[in-house]
Amino acid sequence: MGSIWVYAGVTAEGPDPSALELLTKARSIGGDVAAVALGPGATAAADQLGAHGAATVYASDDTVFVDQPGRPAAHTLHALVQQHTPSLILFAGTYDARDVAGRLQAMTGSTLMANATDVLDATHGRTEIFGGTKIVDVELSGPEPRLVLVRPHSFAPEPAGGSSTVVPVVPVVGDGATTATVVERHSEVASGPKLEEASVVIAGGRGLGGPEPFAMLDELAAALGNAAVGASRAAVDAGWVPYSYQIGQTGKTVKPEVYISAGVSGALQHVVGMKGAKRIVAINKDADAPILKIADLGVVGDLFQIVPALTEEVRKRANS
Amino acid sequence: MNITVLAKFVPNPTGTPQLGADNLLMRDAGDGALDPGDEYGLELALQLVESQGGEVTVVTMGPDAALAGVRRALAMGAHKGVLITDPSLRGADALVTARVLAAAIARHPYDLVIAGAESTDGYTGTVPVTIAELLDIASVTAARKLELDGDGYRVERQTASGYDVLRSPSPTLVTVTAGATEPRYPSLKGIMAAKAKPVESLSAADLGVVDLTSMQSVASVLDAPAKAGGEIVTGDEAVGRIADLLQEAKVI
Ligand SMILES: Cc1cc2nc3c(=O)[nH]c(=O)nc-3n(C[C@H](O)[C@H](O)[C@H](O)COP(=O)(O)OP(=O)(O)OC[C@H]3O[C@@H](n4cnc5c(N)ncnc54)[C@H](O)[C@@H]3O)c2cc1C
Ligand SMILES: Nc1ncnc2c1ncn2[C@@H]1O[C@H](COP(=O)(O)O)[C@@H](O)[C@H]1O
Repeated sequence: MGSIWVYAGVTAEGPDPSALELLTKARSIGGDVAAVALGPGATAAADQLGAHGAATVYASDDTVFVDQPGRPAAHTLHALVQQHTPSLILFAGTYDARDVAGRLQAMTGSTLMANATDVLDATHGRTEIFGGTKIVDVELSGPEPRLVLVRPHSFAPEPAGGSSTVVPVVPVVGDGATTATVVERHSEVASGPKLEEASVVIAGGRGLGGPEPFAMLDELAAALGNAAVGASRAAVDAGWVPYSYQIGQTGKTVKPEVYISAGVSGALQHVVGMKGAKRIVAINKDADAPILKIADLGVVGDLFQIVPALTEEVRKRANS
Repeated sequence: MNITVLAKFVPNPTGTPQLGADNLLMRDAGDGALDPGDEYGLELALQLVESQGGEVTVVTMGPDAALAGVRRALAMGAHKGVLITDPSLRGADALVTARVLAAAIARHPYDLVIAGAESTDGYTGTVPVTIAELLDIASVTAARKLELDGDGYRVERQTASGYDVLRSPSPTLVTVTAGATEPRYPSLKGIMAAKAKPVESLSAADLGVVDLTSMQSVASVLDAPAKAGGEIVTGDEAVGRIADLLQEAKVI
């Protein structure tokens, strides 16, 4: 068996947590493990990538990888694949990594499995379908490397204490006729703890009825401290909050100590993004809402009464 | 300008999905529909040709029943349809799908290809970029806005922390997220007009795609352990119970 590679997301702030999760998994499968890190921060990330299991880190700090998402990374990765012939490459299930994996597949002609929740060995991935009610193991065949996109937070990252050899990589860049270029970047993240890192996540849904009631959720978050506000896709599509708030299949995966929803029905595509929470609290006025079936504590009632009263109660208990 | 829109036909998006005896998703089980996620891209395409002139061609690979989806797209305003339907494509994986669709797109001149960010039933989310690579064209995924910009396009792309603005040359493939726009309903006039619009029917062999082997097979399907039902509360005790739980979790 050839080596297992992790396509590691990196930024100037360090490796993406998903890269460390995937390396931890790759290590447990066995064989040689390497990481490919492309973009500013790649070389600096090598220590942490090494500590999580990458013996080799193929790295380039070139800004082309962030200025032209997808194509240069796919072509650079393809050049490395041709040279080193890995058996399996693991990617995080983000939009950026999908673009790289999808383009790479056109060049390698190998199989690509998306939405994996586990990697069993070099030829088997696991996924959950129908909102996590069925577990499907899939056998991967055909030419190597097989490509697997893994849902974030599927594994806990664990350092193994190793170190890595950095192999510098020369970017493979196409001409302007075949690449899109980033000309502006805009941030829409709220201040306070990040959605993926907060101990408590408070998600608002269509039941909020508009953008203003989100202020109510912000107040509850402020009262709790280490809490962040998220949303269902219905709330995002309506334009009440930006996409960076979205939890679920097409949004973020969160695993907080406590997840609280207000006015979210609990559609399968939302649930896959929050079912890993330690404790789930759902507030919904409809006793038949699917989210109440997966909640540890389901509250049947009007969110407009419960949320402000809860904020009061939290403040009281925090101060006593 | 010529725009090709990729639109999938999916099993009833609001129904309960089912696996057949062969562990493949049952795709021709009755009331399928045009993937609602593809209507956003179609709407953007229609708006662009309404202001710029040109034609929208909708391309679908799917079972015979998928003709209903193509007709819906034509009723919304698309000019032409292409339906690739072939019994040997049942169970086609992402790569076969991308090869078939890329070959279908390449048969006609195009300035822009629009697809959904992910399909409602498959949600691989990679088929469009694989097509872009096969066609050797630029791509922008997860677009929430798409406009003409000189001889290319200006696209707003959703990111984990906000959005980026990209400038892309022509031709480009763009995948569109829900919320990019509000799709129109087909009018009665549109539905009547759709009946006279051309729909080309093709097989995989017509497109020269011969290797249809899927490189994925289902090794096993198990029911996930059901989660035990939790506590349900109503009325006055609710707020106190949530606060208790927050204290147990040590987050107050
Ligand atoms: C391919 C695909 C990907 C998707 N990805 C995602 C994703 O990433 N994330 C996501 O969230 N969704 C996603 N969806 C959409 C998903 O299917 C649902 O449409 C969406 O989650 C519904 O959002 P909601 O629960 O806010 O709205 P609704 O389903 O409309 O639910 C609103 C709820 O609010 C309750 N309510 C109303 N008023 C009150 C009140 N005063 N007090 C208490 N409760 C009240 C109602 O009883 C209802 O249960 C995706 C769909 C597709 C097809
Ligand atoms: N069989 C198909 N026919 C037409 N378009 C498709 C097909 N499969 C995928 N697509 C397009 O690719 C997008 C993403 O699909 P997927 O990669 O399956 O999540 C869809 O929203 C469609 O626009």
